[in-house]
Amino acid sequence: MATSSTAADPHAAHPAHGASPAHGGHPPHLAHQFDTPAQQFESVVQGMWLFLATEILLFGGLFCAYAVYRANHPEIFYYAHKYLDTFWGAVNTVILLCSSFTMAAGVWAAQRGRRGMLSVMLALTLLGGLGFLGIKYVEYKHKWEAGLLWGRHYQPRYPPGYHGDPAGQDAPAPRAPAAGAALSVATPPATTAPPATPLGAVPNAAARGNPPDTADALAATDGPTVTATPAVPTADAPDPSWNLHPFESGPRGLLLPGQAPPLASEPLPVRNVHIFFGIYFAMTGLHGLHVVAGLIVIGWLLVGAVVGRYSGGYFTPVEVGGLYWHLVDLIWIYLFPLLYLIH
Amino acid sequence: MTAISPEAVFDRPADARPDYLRIRAGLASWLFTLDHKRIGVMYLVGILGAFLLGGIFALLIRTELFTPARTVMSADRYNQFFTLHGAIMTFLVIIPGIPAALGNFVLPIMLGARDLAFPRVNLASFYLWVVGAILAVLAIVLGSVDTGWTFYVPYATETTMGGVIPVLLGAFVLGFSSIFTGLNFIVTIHKMRPPGMTWFRLPLFLWALYATAIIQILATPVLGITLVLLIVERVFKLGIFLPALGGDPVLYQHFFWFYSHPAVYIMILPAMGIVSELISVFSRKHIFGYTFIAFSSIAIAIFGFFVWGHHMFVSGQSTMLSTIFSLLTYSVSIPSAVKVFNWLATMYRGSIALKTPMLYALAFIFLFGIGGLTGLFLGALATNVHLTDTYFVVAHFHYVMMGSTLIAMIGGLHYWWPKMTGRMYSEKAGVIAWALVFIGTNLTFFPQFIMGAHGMPRRYYNYPPEFQFLHQLSTVGSYLMAVGFFLTAAYLLHALFRGARAPANPWGGATLEWRCASPPPPDNFERPPVAGDPYDFSEIDYDPQTGGYVYTPRPAPAAASAAH
Amino acid sequence: MNPIPPLSLLAQAASPTTWPAVSPGGGSAWMPAAAATAARQADFVFYFIYWVAVFFFVLIVALMVYFAIRYRRRAARERAPGTVSHNTALEITWSAVPLVLVIVMFYLGYRGFLDIVNPPSDALPILVTGQKWVWSFTYPNGHSDTELHVPVDRPVQLTLWSSDVIHSFYVPAFRIKRDAVPGRYNKVWFQATRPGEYLALCAEYCGTQHSDMLARVVVHEPGGYEAWLAEASDPFRTRSYAEVGRLIHQKRCAGCHSVDGSANIGPTFKGLWGRQAAFRDGTAVLADENYIRESILYPQKQVVKGYDPVMPTFQGQLKDREILALIEYIKELEK
Repeated sequence: MATSSTAADPHAAHPAHGASPAHGGHPPHLAHQFDTPAQQFESVVQGMWLFLATEILLFGGLFCAYAVYRANHPEIFYYAHKYLDTFWGAVNTVILLCSSFTMAAGVWAAQRGRRGMLSVMLALTLLGGLGFLGIKYVEYKHKWEAGLLWGRHYQPRYPPGYHGDPAGQDAPAPRAPAAGAALSVATPPATTAPPATPLGAVPNAAARGNPPDTADALAATDGPTVTATPAVPTADAPDPSWNLHPFESGPRGLLLPGQAPPLASEPLPVRNVHIFFGIYFAMTGLHGLHVVAGLIVIGWLLVGAVVGRYSGGYFTPVEVGGLYWHLVDLIWIYLFPLLYLIH
Repeated sequence: MTAISPEAVFDRPADARPDYLRIRAGLASWLFTLDHKRIGVMYLVGILGAFLLGGIFALLIRTELFTPARTVMSADRYNQFFTLHGAIMTFLVIIPGIPAALGNFVLPIMLGARDLAFPRVNLASFYLWVVGAILAVLAIVLGSVDTGWTFYVPYATETTMGGVIPVLLGAFVLGFSSIFTGLNFIVTIHKMRPPGMTWFRLPLFLWALYATAIIQILATPVLGITLVLLIVERVFKLGIFLPALGGDPVLYQHFFWFYSHPAVYIMILPAMGIVSELISVFSRKHIFGYTFIAFSSIAIAIFGFFVWGHHMFVSGQSTMLSTIFSLLTYSVSIPSAVKVFNWLATMYRGSIALKTPMLYALAFIFLFGIGGLTGLFLGALATNVHLTDTYFVVAHFHYVMMGSTLIAMIGGLHYWWPKMTGRMYSEKAGVIAWALVFIGTNLTFFPQFIMGAHGMPRRYYNYPPEFQFLHQLSTVGSYLMAVGFFLTAAYLLHALFRGARAPANPWGGATLEWRCASPPPPDNFERPPVAGDPYDFSEIDYDPQTGGYVYTPRPAPAAASAAH
Repeated sequence: MNPIPPLSLLAQAASPTTWPAVSPGGGSAWMPAAAATAARQADFVFYFIYWVAVFFFVLIVALMVYFAIRYRRRAARERAPGTVSHNTALEITWSAVPLVLVIVMFYLGYRGFLDIVNPPSDALPILVTGQKWVWSFTYPNGHSDTELHVPVDRPVQLTLWSSDVIHSFYVPAFRIKRDAVPGRYNKVWFQATRPGEYLALCAEYCGTQHSDMLARVVVHEPGGYEAWLAEASDPFRTRSYAEVGRLIHQKRCAGCHSVDGSANIGPTFKGLWGRQAAFRDGTAVLADENYIRESILYPQKQVVKGYDPVMPTFQGQLKDREILALIEYIKELEK
């Protein structure tokens, strides 16, 4: 997009140095709507900055969702982030930082017309990006095998911090939620008279607008310890618990019939851990798509560099391609601590 | 004063070069054009086509509502029709509307430029619009959608209709069309102004498009991510909005309205820009309060980002948040009100020609007056609780979208029609159609205020019989409006082939687009004109021979004598 | 507005219920009948804004029309007599005056809003459940009903939630509205001032029968509410099981299940008892007590062939006794 005004311009057929008399002697690569190459360059760069602003806002929505959920449920993020491998996340960060450096070096080379160096730098940037994607692939594959996915696909095979074979027999069970939380929906309560609490004094959690807990008939949010629910839905079957009732599932903090209150010394179970992974995959997935797009752009720039399209007088595409790649790097710099380094 | 021949200053009126319409023929020359004028015309055709489709849905809806119970369709069909009406009108017609169909054509010429900064991006923008339109039509065919154009979760993730994903994808693609248009406009206005055109010599239409473009750039990506998340939620059950998975459905509403509220300012700002031009030109008087109007456009664009919560006062949002949003909502009303006062002050002691474009501008003031003032009821918390989600809101937004934006767009279309096509339309037919549309609009939507205030909720297939009479009035009004629009299409099409040839400046405008031929040559200007005050009519004289106006700059007295 | 006698609303022939008017006893020119304390402030704000708006609108349009006529251009070459394009004092004035007016509007609206979000501590708590497409009200003694009954001149706090999609509980005569959102509790309160029957509507689009999701609101004279609640909580005291079942069907099931054999969203109950019920997955089962009970509590488990899986569960809303009553009623329909 950034180079659309200049690629395949009407002067391509003319000799590089000359200007057709019909155009009054202006340089090649100058599109007809612009008066000077400087105006063209500045316009294209401004256009790219505006596009980067839109990208920031695109990711902004996801950062906002992250902020909202983390503010309301910090325990989910603290618990689940331990499933992520900080080492490889840090390696990815270093790789992207280096690729940003090589990209900047490439722009420097282009500005000085140094074709060889430009090609090398673009190739190194490309390699860095590919390395990033490779590591991301390994991370995703690992999560898939370990059942660490979003929504109801979250079926972890082991607790966070375990680094053995995910499918192995020696994987310990993930931390179980408190016993009282395992609710059997199969047998309806003998009387449907609701506990007095919800009508009189709404408990704090509900007043905060926290969602009532989902019925445990949903795929186990914390591990396969939810028992005695014959109607555990698969991903395809319609789920009766879509129709919720507060007295059945119990709003957060409310006691269910027959449940003993947890002791102060017991840690409360972490529910809805899949939310973390939903956000993780959404953010890193969108970022990954942008890395792929960036690599396509860099690949195209590399081809152009090798055939000698860029010179000291015309390097706009390299400049704006560099800007885009720096943004992709910058977004990861924010993603990494937010997802991997939660304290 | 010495008579300066028009040819000397007017850019080759008897231009031997063919104009942009005739320079190259054939479908390919249109489909692959980079000329902003042709792209603008293609947009216009597409948008008017989408308006026809959305309008047909509207007539079907109003027909069904003629009686309380079933009239011509089932409840499910009705729900699909109001959803499609809303989605098509919002995403395909009103949001792109003025910037794409008129702005693309006029902006570069008003700047004295040869084209926009990025012609290929412009064409890409158009094709994205086409893809969005195709997806919308596909949605109708593939099983339709009945979620309402707001796609609230969990209904939007639950409903089994097959057209939901195509519509969401279509809206996503249309978002990028909008973003690219805005990006193009901003860079063009920044970088391609002619000598003499400082920021405070920009025509107000361009200030309006600039402010609109800022919103397009900053707000639309949030819609993009919202729609993507909604699609992912629906297909993969990600869990971010669905309460059954621990998500928050009200979070969806925040995301959605964060874009969709600024979107309404994308709709209204260009319309106000057109009205500023029309009032000034047809009063032949300098616009009153230029600086304030320019700043008010930017102010509306900025403040518009801080008020989205006023769509959610009853959603369960906290009282404190609702209070803040209510206060900020009123802040946006002031710049809009002041523009109206400025327009009236422009008319005061002007020389007012009541041609069709001016009639539309005056209709705008009337209809936007109602639409804007009824916004005050909705901004106040106590009344909002009673009025939200009723026909009062429906009437309010139709007055501002249909009665203001669309009316201004049609007024602008009539204003720039001679420039775009080189033909004049029948003034008599214009006035008749205008009257039908104006009366029809009021008859359709004013009864809706009454029924909404009395408790008639929106998106209702059945309704309590006490509202029947008002519904019937509304339906009759909608048919009247439709007749007015069809008449407009008829005489404009007729003008295309049989209209009188238009002079370069039929209305006496002082902005730069009136200095090139009607229609313009492909590059607009041979040499960039020097820009003066866009609302200074002292150098625009009527020329009875051509039936139009000519720009005849008076020589500066000191320079004239010094040169000799 | 002239009060129009209530007429039948539902398009579906299955349930010809008579609903109260939206505005019984009439209201003012723009507002429906006022039957709660919140209406006073809400109406005051409405009319304040209304008259300010009318004033400015009439002023603007009158000026516009006057200028258009008075300063009409008579010849094409004519120029404008006026030249002033700027007047700072005027521009500041016409910015400041509206600003003051809108701030007043904001403040009045805010005060009225506080009226309905901060309930008094002695408010009667009622739980409102929205589900497609019927409202349920659960009273403090546990009784669940499809009608909202409240005493006059006593604050009532509604706790709203939904079991499926977002709904919105709206009583025009009380000027209250609040969304019923799945996964959270929203609250609104009111104090009714006039005994009578009013209409509650759903104000957030929720699907096919969104416009039929109505509820009757009954404001009782002093003492009437307690009497009604006692009787409604235990209908079995004075009725047979089948009779109670008939009442329950009318309130809860009639929207989707007819009793006269006509087609609707769900299968008809006529002749259901003792029949073979054929399901979408090809299996079939005898329609006996177990089948009926399971269909009410786990409707998605076995869906009858030819119908969509849209029935919500009534777990928590129907007691066992009520389910038995329905079963007895359905048995009767055979005859």
